[in-house]
Amino acid sequence: MSPRVVFPNKILPYLLVAPQLAITLIFFYWPASQALRQSMLREDPFGLSSKFVWFDNFKKVLSDPNYLNSIQVTAIFSISVAAVAMATALLLAVMAEKVVRSRGLYRTLMIWPYAVAPAIAGMLWLFLFNPSIGSLAYGLRWLGINWDPLLDGEQAMVLVVAAASWKQISYNFLFFVAGLQAIPKTLIEAAAIDGAGENKRFWTIVFPLLAPTTFFLLVVNTVYAFFDTFGIIHAVTGGGPGKATETMVYKVYNDGFVNLILGDSAAQSVILMVIVIALTAIQFRYVERKVHYG
Amino acid sequence: MATVDLKDVRKVYAGGVEAVKGVSIAIPDKALCVLVGPSGCGKSTLLRMIAGLETISAGTCSIDGKVVNAVGPTERDIAMVFQNYALYPHMKVYDNMAYGLRNRGMPKDEVDKRVRTTAKTLELEHLLERRPRELSGGQRQRVAMGRAIVRNPKVFLFDEPLSNLDAKLRGQMRVEIKSLQRQLGVTSVYVTHDQLEAMTLADVLVVMNGGLVEQLGAPLDIYEKPASTFVASFIGAPPMNLLPLRGGQLVDAVTLPEIAGNAATIGFRPEDCEVGADGAVSGDGLRLMARVEGVEPVGAESFLYCAAGGGKIVVRVAGRTEVLVGDQLPIFARREKLHFFGSDGKRV
Repeated sequence: MSPRVVFPNKILPYLLVAPQLAITLIFFYWPASQALRQSMLREDPFGLSSKFVWFDNFKKVLSDPNYLNSIQVTAIFSISVAAVAMATALLLAVMAEKVVRSRGLYRTLMIWPYAVAPAIAGMLWLFLFNPSIGSLAYGLRWLGINWDPLLDGEQAMVLVVAAASWKQISYNFLFFVAGLQAIPKTLIEAAAIDGAGENKRFWTIVFPLLAPTTFFLLVVNTVYAFFDTFGIIHAVTGGGPGKATETMVYKVYNDGFVNLILGDSAAQSVILMVIVIALTAIQFRYVERKVHYG
Repeated sequence: MATVDLKDVRKVYAGGVEAVKGVSIAIPDKALCVLVGPSGCGKSTLLRMIAGLETISAGTCSIDGKVVNAVGPTERDIAMVFQNYALYPHMKVYDNMAYGLRNRGMPKDEVDKRVRTTAKTLELEHLLERRPRELSGGQRQRVAMGRAIVRNPKVFLFDEPLSNLDAKLRGQMRVEIKSLQRQLGVTSVYVTHDQLEAMTLADVLVVMNGGLVEQLGAPLDIYEKPASTFVASFIGAPPMNLLPLRGGQLVDAVTLPEIAGNAATIGFRPEDCEVGADGAVSGDGLRLMARVEGVEPVGAESFLYCAAGGGKIVVRVAGRTEVLVGDQLPIFARREKLHFFGSDGKRV
């Protein structure tokens, strides 16, 4: 433990943290409290007056079958994105470790997709898998798959999951590569001498030692799947067909900015905030216990 | 239980660097063979080749009479103690020791019995439920030893296992490793750069330099008859005094005995020096005047650092000394205690 720093001046420490506090207050607590207030207001259709309705908006939202559907969609979407993005990135990272020649080049190429903006990534996948003009859609059809994400909800979900995961793989890859490099080579050698084959070494030594990285990525990927995938869904499916890919965030946008039901939208935002806080708390409380740092 | 045979083993790395340039060593059953040499001499590479962690570029490595060049480390039935111990940080001490046994499909109660017996031998019983990071350096070292012993392998390999310990603990563990190895009777290869460790542990001592074996034999034989100036200056602390001969003459020598062959270097150990004038010590030998430049009293003995014969020498005297810096001392070394080396550095 390093000794505690003591400031002789009473005011200086507060001044030093003031900018950070100001930013947090203005850009986080203020909008959050506004959302909280808004979630208890109901406006008339013309936006001229509003009245305080306590929790009526929440009651309305939670009894709306469309909203319950969006919760289910979000659950499927988030779990799939986190699982696919992390598993693929781990596989690629382990394989990239084995590359002897021009390892740096491979890694650079693997990281590039992260530089693509979400909406652009969405457009890319949209075109590739567009039933009428997409080149990969043509390939799928040739394989005998009746590919039409514009009509088939499940296929639409597969498409947005793929696009959202693809975007996140680079980021995960970067962290997994760093995590793998931090594992001492002698541990792997010791395990080999201890009679563990390559598969066994991975699952009993490498994977447990990667746990801090995996845990961190789990939190980041969950938050990503919840919040940062709006652009992709907006570009690829627009929440459709029907409401098959309408996640909670997308519904917040739809109800608030398209349908202008501000009260409902704000109530949904608050629910979303509570869910993410709860999820992160659960992850830290239960999953992190199983993580060993060094 | 097993012999280890190296025949003309070579290691050439991808970049063309030759780390080991043809080494042949036959280690008899139950022997402890120590590979010693300065860093970069190829001793660790050689050990890793025996372990199967490095491929063998040329030559053969046999364990128990079978060539194992193409056998991976998993199937060689060896155990290795690493310099940094390489304990699995996420496993308890118990699981660290049991890992190798479980991997070989040993029944659970047998694993438990072996782990507990080994833990008892090494006095680790009270640490079995701890994780490596909760242990001291010495305890980690013991666990690493335990992990090797519990497997009951054909060969033990030690890669500078004591270099991370403090001096006192190192001495203690050295004695313990030796007695354990005797008791278990497992053929062992031990790599170190510490000549004291090498001298005290070895049944067979291999001095390596530049990827080649410089000398191989029993430790005291090597100490008494070093095959080259390299070995002479590497084995022994402080090392042997080596002075250059020019045209068969030594600068400042009072008397010089008959020189063997066409020697270019004369050597004598610090403890073979006698201090005293012509009258006090007599006999055939080397006599020269030395100017004292430094005095190091260690307690039981003192070392005098002197300039003499166109070089630097160290003289060991028993107990305390009254000699002061700047004194001129007559030094005498008996004929039979002198070593001669040719211009190529080899003993003549």
